[in-house]
Amino acid sequence: MVTVVHPNLEDTEAKMSARDVSVFYGDKKAIDEVSIDIPTEYVTAFIGPSGCGKSTFLRALNRMNDTIPSARVEGTIELDGEDIYRSKMDVVQLRARVGMVFQKPNPFPKSIYDNIAYGPKIHGIAESKADLEEIVETSLRRAGLWDEVKDRLGDSGTALSGGQQQRLCIARAIAVDPEVILMDEPCSALDPIATAKIEELIDDLNGRYAIVIVTHSMQQAARVSQRTAFFHLGKMVEYGRTTDIFTNPLEERTKDYITGRYG
Amino acid sequence: MVEHTVKAFDEDITRLRGLISEMGGLAEVALQEAMDALVKGDNELADKVVKGDKKIDALESEVDKLAVRVIALRAPMADDLREVIAALKIAGVVERIGDYSKNIAKASREIGDRKQFEPLTLLPAMADVAGEMVHDILTAYAARDPALAREVIATDEKVDAFYNSIFRNVVTHMVENPATITAGAQLLFVARNIERIGDHATNVAEMVHFAATGNYPPDDDE
Amino acid sequence: MSEQAASLRAPTRTPAFEARLKKRYAAERRFRIAGIAAIGFSIFVLAFLLVTMALNGIGGFQRAELTVPIDFTEAGLAGDRTSLAGTAGMQSLENQGLPEVVAFFAEQSLGEEAAAELGESAWREVAEAIIADPALLQREAVFELPATSDLAGGLSGEGSPEMQALAAQLAERGQLEKNFDIGFLQRSDATDPQQAGIWGALKGSMLTMIVTLLLAFPIGVMAALYLEEYAPKNRWTDIIELSINNLAAVPSIIFGLLGLAVFLTIFPNLRSAPLIGGMTLALMTLPVIVISGRNAIKAVPPSIRDGALAIGASPIQVVFHHVLPLALPGILTGTIIGMARALGETAPLLMIGMRVFVASPPEDFTSAATVLPMQIFLWSDEIDRGFVERTSAAIIVLLLFLLVMNGLAIYLRNKFEKKW
Repeated sequence: MVTVVHPNLEDTEAKMSARDVSVFYGDKKAIDEVSIDIPTEYVTAFIGPSGCGKSTFLRALNRMNDTIPSARVEGTIELDGEDIYRSKMDVVQLRARVGMVFQKPNPFPKSIYDNIAYGPKIHGIAESKADLEEIVETSLRRAGLWDEVKDRLGDSGTALSGGQQQRLCIARAIAVDPEVILMDEPCSALDPIATAKIEELIDDLNGRYAIVIVTHSMQQAARVSQRTAFFHLGKMVEYGRTTDIFTNPLEERTKDYITGRYG
Repeated sequence: MVEHTVKAFDEDITRLRGLISEMGGLAEVALQEAMDALVKGDNELADKVVKGDKKIDALESEVDKLAVRVIALRAPMADDLREVIAALKIAGVVERIGDYSKNIAKASREIGDRKQFEPLTLLPAMADVAGEMVHDILTAYAARDPALAREVIATDEKVDAFYNSIFRNVVTHMVENPATITAGAQLLFVARNIERIGDHATNVAEMVHFAATGNYPPDDDE
Repeated sequence: MSEQAASLRAPTRTPAFEARLKKRYAAERRFRIAGIAAIGFSIFVLAFLLVTMALNGIGGFQRAELTVPIDFTEAGLAGDRTSLAGTAGMQSLENQGLPEVVAFFAEQSLGEEAAAELGESAWREVAEAIIADPALLQREAVFELPATSDLAGGLSGEGSPEMQALAAQLAERGQLEKNFDIGFLQRSDATDPQQAGIWGALKGSMLTMIVTLLLAFPIGVMAALYLEEYAPKNRWTDIIELSINNLAAVPSIIFGLLGLAVFLTIFPNLRSAPLIGGMTLALMTLPVIVISGRNAIKAVPPSIRDGALAIGASPIQVVFHHVLPLALPGILTGTIIGMARALGETAPLLMIGMRVFVASPPEDFTSAATVLPMQIFLWSDEIDRGFVERTSAAIIVLLLFLLVMNGLAIYLRNKFEKKW
């Protein structure tokens, strides 16, 4: 089944591109020949009902599916033109370039400082202690968390509130200077105010990193993204500008899902 | 059409449509009765039309409230959103149509002896066409039928043509019989009102098209 | 809507409902009582054990000692620091006739009959005192020397009537009394219960435990890590898991047979050594550590691993920087349990020959040794009545050792406990 792609999408630089990607769990096909370009300067949203495969596809972008023994990926996914599965690209390095933020905030049980410093340390990004401190401060500032924690960097990361923890995780992802940030339902565990802060943060990060966000809230997808892809039963049904998808979708299934007629 | 998972949403949309239909029906009747009153010189009927306009106004207010409520509570998307926005605008326009019918009724009270005017026969014909436009456009709204909407837009030409000919007629009559100038002027206003009704019906048709397809109808030379 | 409201207004506390409610509360009460009874019974049994051991064992920390004043100036013994150093010193004093000197002074102060009941190796304690402080030879000193076990029995009201009378007499004169015997913790096994001590077995247990820990802990933790984090999930790993679970339930004596067959064939001259004993016990403790280690590692939430992986950590970094620190409390708990079991094992060590009579504490891991539970077993087999109290005392020492070990491990576990 061919994805309906809205016409007149201007040519943008594709940071990551997927061609005919299928993901299998054993014999079960979870993603069926999806092709999409992830632009550098936009936030791309994946929407769709539960079990449609949007999270699975997201995880294929930074090879997190490798942790599941029965998972198998066919097709090509490229980062800056380099195939991330077949070429000699090191998966550890890939994950430093393509970061991920998860649904449930998962800070390490270390201090706030160590949480952020861990990534740069293992990748050898910082050359001195002063360097490391600067990276920590920059990341926390970009994540909008610096003012709230600058006096207590030694406190445990798990002692923060849910929204702060999620921003800490985003800061942690930023600290290794990624090119793409993948977000898997980052706000579903948060209250509306924390959600709004994260959405504001995404707006800030927009442009500096290519961002892909999976969300089950259509309103959120509408608020933060510029491009939206609708997934259904493992296929990507429609892709286009967010405004168009939500005011005038071309596919019946997209329309049914968006207007609440699905199911 | 598949129903919304939350049934109350469907109920709200149905109610919105019902209100619009009701308004439209009342506006149609108001136009007919106003023309009747004009032709027959029935001042009682004219009074009825004038009073009845309040009902149309009240309905418009209800549509406003309901539309705002639906937007706030249901967060409508895609065609639902377009339909609600269209409903808001259509209500405003139908209320205007009602006002024009009221004005026609008022004008009919001012005209004295009917026998003087031959153009009186043209006016009802014009009003019929306009009335049909209103009727059709409300049907198109209910059915979300863009094709019918486009037909209504095309019909406006006829109404305009009627207006031009009636205008010439009445002016000629007034020039020939200066005593009929007051009445003639009123008739001109009536014709103007009907022509405006036709234009408004066209506006509604454009909004119905937008709600149904997401696009405005292609621009024909007016 | 109104039907629902109507049924809500109907009274819920009908008599049938009340009766059922009563039954439910009664069942709750019965369960609580059963629980309390179970706990009470357990506490009672434990208390009974401890109190019995304590009462029996207190006597084991004492021994009957005769007071013997010795005036060395008259003895004519010679010696100083250099000449009395080491085993040569003991030999020299023996050659110079120290045993006779001691016997002479004992006869003088206690009488011939009592002197005959002076412990055989009593003179060695005098010798040790002299070796420690050769200046003693220039003056007088009063020694508390062990009596024979017969006389000790007499003091406790056992044995022949003559012994009892003699004991009573000496006790009245203040020359025979039961004193706290710190030497019990410093001496090794002996044929005479008055001379017996626990230190040999204690040191043997410590050495064996060290070997067991150094072998079982790293290997067990590594095995657990590999099985949980790296091994593919296929039939082979299933079989391995099944085998490990079964190994944990294997009777310990079988490990002894294994030790006999394998280790002693390789090192035949290391029979009864803590090294062999430790290796055998390590085999026994490994499954316990692997199982509890795997459970502790399994309990670390996948979100931590995902978070570390997503930041670009390699699998080893994920395991050692994130999983292991969080799993450490659980692993340590498993280790405590395993080690405690190993400490109290007798059967496997029997098979590899650690039931020898060892009169001096083991010097290193390759010397012959015995362990605490083995010592307890050996003493409980002895005919001499004096050993009964010593056995209970040894049990108390074993329990204390266990307590200290557990305490240390719990302290370590709490130190590493992280909140997540």
